[in-house]
Amino acid sequence: MGKMPMPLKDQVLRKKIKPGKTKVASSPARHSSPMDIGLLEEMVKLMSANDLNTVDVRDGDRRVILKRGPQYIAGAAQPIYAPAPSAPTSHAPSSGSIPAVTDETAGLIPIKSPMVGTFYAAASPDAKPFVDVGSKVDDETDVCVIEAMKVFNNIKAECRGTIAKVMVQNGQTVEFGQPLFLVKPS
Amino acid sequence: MFSKILIANRGEIALRIIRACRELGIQTAVVYSVADKDAAYLKLADQAICIGNASPAESYLNIPRIISAAEVADVQAIHPGYGFLAENAHFAEICRSCKIEFIGPPVSAMAALGDKVACKKLAKKAKVPTVPGSDGAVDDEKTALKIAQEIGYPIIIKAAAGGGGRGMRVAHNDVSLRAGFRQARAEAENAFKDSTVYIEKYIEYGRHVEVQILADHHGNAVHLWERDCSMQRRHQKLVEESPSPAISQTTRENLCAAAVRLVKAAGYTNAGTVEFLVDKEQHFYILEVNARIQVEHPVTESVTAIDLIKEQIRIASGEVLSFKQKDIPQMGHAIECRINAEDPARNFAPSPGLIEEFRPPGGPGVRIDTHAYAGYRIPPNYDSMIAKLIIHRRTRTEAIAAMKRALHEFHIAPVKTTIPLQLMIMDNPNFISGDVDTGFVERVLLAK
Repeated sequence: MGKMPMPLKDQVLRKKIKPGKTKVASSPARHSSPMDIGLLEEMVKLMSANDLNTVDVRDGDRRVILKRGPQYIAGAAQPIYAPAPSAPTSHAPSSGSIPAVTDETAGLIPIKSPMVGTFYAAASPDAKPFVDVGSKVDDETDVCVIEAMKVFNNIKAECRGTIAKVMVQNGQTVEFGQPLFLVKPS
Repeated sequence: MFSKILIANRGEIALRIIRACRELGIQTAVVYSVADKDAAYLKLADQAICIGNASPAESYLNIPRIISAAEVADVQAIHPGYGFLAENAHFAEICRSCKIEFIGPPVSAMAALGDKVACKKLAKKAKVPTVPGSDGAVDDEKTALKIAQEIGYPIIIKAAAGGGGRGMRVAHNDVSLRAGFRQARAEAENAFKDSTVYIEKYIEYGRHVEVQILADHHGNAVHLWERDCSMQRRHQKLVEESPSPAISQTTRENLCAAAVRLVKAAGYTNAGTVEFLVDKEQHFYILEVNARIQVEHPVTESVTAIDLIKEQIRIASGEVLSFKQKDIPQMGHAIECRINAEDPARNFAPSPGLIEEFRPPGGPGVRIDTHAYAGYRIPPNYDSMIAKLIIHRRTRTEAIAAMKRALHEFHIAPVKTTIPLQLMIMDNPNFISGDVDTGFVERVLLAK
C-alpha cells in the first residue's frame, strides 16, 4: 500500500525552519497553487509562529512572496535625501507592510525605472509626493525622482491611466527595469 | 582590505571574481544587463543590480550606470574584469575620483603603456627589444613607403589604439602597402575612433609568448613566468600553455626579466601581461602590454599555485606582495583551451542559444572556468566564449593526453563549439613537437 502524500502544511511544520528566506516547495495535486487563500492563511500563521520574515513560494509560473515585519536596514533611520547607508540587501523590493499577496497578471502597466539609483516619491522632503494611488497620469506626468550620482532625475509616466499601486518606498535603491508603479490604463 | 566590491563585468570572469571575493570574505555586488538576468552566477553574488538593456553601450560599457550601481551598493572598489572597461583610463579615473578604488593599474601607467607608440618609446628606454619600425605614428602614404623600404618588406601596419587583431594589414610590396595603409586607417577609425597607425617589420613565423607580472604599491614587481599563445585564429587565442615548449631557459629568463623592467619603468601596479613576439632564432620583441587581468590567467595560476585575482584585490587594497621572485615556481605544465560557442563547420559563425546538455569533464588536473550550464541561454550580444578548460599535469606529454581526454568528455549540445578544432590541435604533430607559429592554425589546420 502506497503512502499518502503528506499535506503541505504538515510538511512545513515538520521542516526544520530557519529564520530568513525559506523556499517552500509546493506539493503536487493535494494543495493547489500558492494562490489558494486557505494555504496562504496557513502560511501567514506559520510565519508568525516561527518568526519568519520572508517566504517565497513558486508553482510553475505563479509565485507569491510573503513578507512580515519591517525589513532589516543597518544604521540609523535615514533622512530622505541622505545617501543610503550600507545595508544587506535582497533582490526583492523591500516593504514594511503585513503580508500582501502580489499577482503580476492583472492587466496593469508597470512604470519601470530607467536607471540605477535612489527612488524619491516627492520633489523635496517637504513636498507632497508627485503621485499616489488614484492619481491620474499621462505621458508627461512626473511620477517620481530618481537620484543617480548626485543628479536628480524626474521620471515621467510615459503612459496614460491611474496609479493602481506604488511598488517601492521613499529612499529605496532601485535598479534598471525595476517596476516603480503599476498603472491601470485608461 | 575592502569589505565590498562591485564587479563590472559578466559571465565567467564575473564568476571568477565572485569566487575570489568569497574566499577573502569580501561582499560582492555584480552588475548585469537584461540579457543576463537569468544567469545563475548572479545568485552567487551578495547583490545583483540590473543596469540596462542588452547592448554593451547601455550596460557593461556604460560608465554612469556602473558608477551609480557602485554607489547604491556602497562598495569600496570595482573590479573591471577583462574587456569592456578594464583598460579604459577614463573609467579608472572616474572611479577613483568617486573615492572607489579601481582594481587595476594607475591611470598614468595605463596611458604610458596602452598606446602602442608610447609603449615602444618606454620599451626603448627600459632596454626592452622592440620590433624594428616607424618609432611613432605614420601619418601619410609617402612616409609609410619610405619606412617600409628602409625596414624591408614584409611590413605590418597597425592601429595605435588597436586590439583584438583589428586595424592591421600586412604588405609585401609598395602596391599592397598603399592599399593596406588606407584600409588600416579606415578600420582603426571605425573600431577605435582613432586612425593613428604605425609600421613594423612583419615577423612571419613568430610565436606569441607573454609574461604575467604583478606589482604592488610598495615598489615590488615580480613575473610569474610566461604563457605561449601561438595557436590563434584571426588573432584570437584558442590554446594557451605554460611553460612555452619552444624557448630555452635563457630566453625565458631574459624575456621575463625584460617584462619586469618595463613595468617598473612605467610605474605599473597590479596585474598585467607583457606580450612578446619570438622569432625562430629566439630573438624576442615587445608587442604590447595588456594592463588588465587576462582570459588565460588560469594557466599561470596552475603552474605557480598563486591566485591572481586575490592578488589583484590585495594589491589594490594596499597590501605588500607576500612573496618574492625566488618564491614563484613554474611547476609542471598547464594548457588551456577556450571553448567558444562557434560552429567550425560554418566558418566559426557564432552559435548562441539554449544549452540543453552540458557535461563538463573532471578528474585529476582538470579545471573548468565557466558560467554556463544545462538550461543556460547564451545571449547573442556578447563574445562567444562559454568555458575555459585548463589542464595541469607534471609534463607536457601528460597534459596533452589529459586535454584530449577532457575535450572528449566535454559534452555540450545542441550549440556548436570549437571543441573539434581543439581536438585537432591536440593531435597535430607540429603542436606536439612545439613547432608552430601564430599563423599556423589558419595557414595549415584550417586551410584544408
